Amino acid sequence: MAKSIDVSDLDIYYGDFKAVEDVTMTIPARSVTAFIGPSGCGKSTLLRSLNRMHEVIPGARVEGKVVIGGQSLYDADVDPVEVRRQVGMVFQRPNPFPTMSIYGNVLAGNRLNSRRMKRSEADDIVERALRGANLWTEVKDRLTKPGAGLSGGQQQRLCIARAIAVEPQVLLMDEPCSALDPISTSAIEDLIHELKSEYTIVIVTHNMQQAARVSEDTAFFNLAGAGLPGRLVEMDSTKKIFSVPEDPSTEAYISGRFG
Amino acid sequence: MSTATDTRPTDRALLPLTGAKLPRWAPALVLALAAATAGLLALTLGWGPVGTAFVAVLLFGLALPAWSLAVENRRAATDRFVTSLVWGAFLLALIPLVSLTWTVVSNGAPAFSAEFFTFSMRNVVGEGGGIYHAIIGTLIITGIAALMSVPIGLMTAIYLVEYGAGKRVARSINFLVDVMTGIPSIVAGLFAYALFLIFFGPGVRMGFAGSVALSVLMVPVVVRSCEEMLKLVPNDLREASYALGVPKWRTIVKVVLPTAMAGIITGVMLAVARVAGETAPLLIIAGATDSVNFNPFDERMMTLPVFAYYSYTQPGVPPGPGLERAWGAALILIIIVMALNLLGRALGHLFAPKTGR
Ligand SMILES: Nc1ncnc2c1ncn2[C@@H]1O[C@H](COP(=O)(O)OP(=O)(O)OP(=O)(O)O)[C@@H](O)[C@H]1O
Ligand SMILES: [Mg+2]
Repeated sequence: MAKSIDVSDLDIYYGDFKAVEDVTMTIPARSVTAFIGPSGCGKSTLLRSLNRMHEVIPGARVEGKVVIGGQSLYDADVDPVEVRRQVGMVFQRPNPFPTMSIYGNVLAGNRLNSRRMKRSEADDIVERALRGANLWTEVKDRLTKPGAGLSGGQQQRLCIARAIAVEPQVLLMDEPCSALDPISTSAIEDLIHELKSEYTIVIVTHNMQQAARVSEDTAFFNLAGAGLPGRLVEMDSTKKIFSVPEDPSTEAYISGRFG
Repeated sequence: MSTATDTRPTDRALLPLTGAKLPRWAPALVLALAAATAGLLALTLGWGPVGTAFVAVLLFGLALPAWSLAVENRRAATDRFVTSLVWGAFLLALIPLVSLTWTVVSNGAPAFSAEFFTFSMRNVVGEGGGIYHAIIGTLIITGIAALMSVPIGLMTAIYLVEYGAGKRVARSINFLVDVMTGIPSIVAGLFAYALFLIFFGPGVRMGFAGSVALSVLMVPVVVRSCEEMLKLVPNDLREASYALGVPKWRTIVKVVLPTAMAGIITGVMLAVARVAGETAPLLIIAGATDSVNFNPFDERMMTLPVFAYYSYTQPGVPPGPGLERAWGAALILIIIVMALNLLGRALGHLFAPKTGR
């Protein structure tokens, strides 16, 4: 049950600082959308506003509209907790729970919400999620060991497993592969290919090839200048963005001639 | 700086990665020489041991850096100088600790006997008797104090860290906690007395009131240590939990608290240890008695610090056994506090997040 996301006239603030300005875009359901753009242009910020994680930061606020599957996220009566249950997220930095085992980390979304389940059901979820994140073979013999004892890349895959274990309808991934080797990266990309038949996926990446490989649509963000808010320059099908982009700055960024 | 610019290219070309170093036994040698010199001076000039030690340390602190400067380089000399300063400060701080421990152990240990631990002072004049009633009192009063202050302190800390950030209420609570930290313990005792006076009339004495007084002292300590520990929990973990659709309160209970548990336990144990030795407030409100009292809500209750105080100030005739019991009580108190600290550390280790494979 994937859902499309409609963003309109979205301004995002950190206190008085406007980080992202006037974004209007439509992210289609059951497909992969890539966010690209230079560092600091607000990709993570926009991503976090899609599951109401932005407001967790003190002083941070959002103006504008985000509609997921016909439901406006920022309506007064919307429960952010419910939103986050349906819109999962993988962070830029791996953040496994240090008090939990690998097994516990994968099940965290279920356990922390006190969902009761049978042992066999839990085992199934863990195995499926870990296989999905290409981590199963590496950790299947030490599921009870602490999650913090894994390598950085393994931790990131553990976090991906944790996010897909709760089967969200939308999955937001903030540079999920930036700490991964090519093999794991390709496993994650395979996973993204698999997941997109059921989920709506948004992925932030600095890797142009990756954006070209995995995404159907690409949105390019840029900063007008230092201290100015980031804005959406253009969004189109990935094919078009990577071959005949409309904006010259998009072309410059993609071809590496960015100044 | 012409010479520097002149020599730099050759320095660069040589790229010195090694340099002259003092042998490993250099500090030991200098220490021996310094001690010998100070000893000789002391013999000829007739100094006492304190002066001799001081001169020896001074000589050591000057000679070793000087030698290092001559042989090694400036940075090594500074390093050796600061190292000797740090060691000097450490040893200085150790002196009162060792002396105190030695005094209490040597004076208190002879008092230990089976009777000392199992009898009260009821109907005891002169020799015999024990501190059973005081041990019971201390355990009950501090235990109740901890039961009251840990929830209050922990919840206050949770509010301050997780909910209060930047709010006016949080700022005033912070201020009040600071004020409470500065309350003299005697005032806490007077507060408890004044409070219970309202309900029970003048002359009220009860163990529970003592616990209240100790809580007043303990709460701010617990708040501060728990606050520090909660602040140490990385925000990434909270966000990871929120992003899984976990409500805030569950995030706190199931992610933040377990992650900080080791530090919280250690902090609580230290707070308990800190109030277990309080005398003044208990003197006022828990009073003193010679009998065992298990009921904290009725009548006076003896505690170890108060026992030590009375046995020392009013040892009775002859004073010998009373003084010995005072030291014994002090030793037991130290042992109890020490045991609590060790327990805190052990529990801390048990709960610490594990990273091992
Ligand atoms: N917690 C915060 N408080 C204040 N400003 C922030 C905060 N997080 C990010 N910003 C600012 O918001 C802007 C956008 O940051 P954001 O993290 O969204 O960039 P990004 O596009 O994800 O960059 P990168 O590719 O390096 O991850 C930056 O100017 C940044 O300094
Ligand atoms: Mg980012």
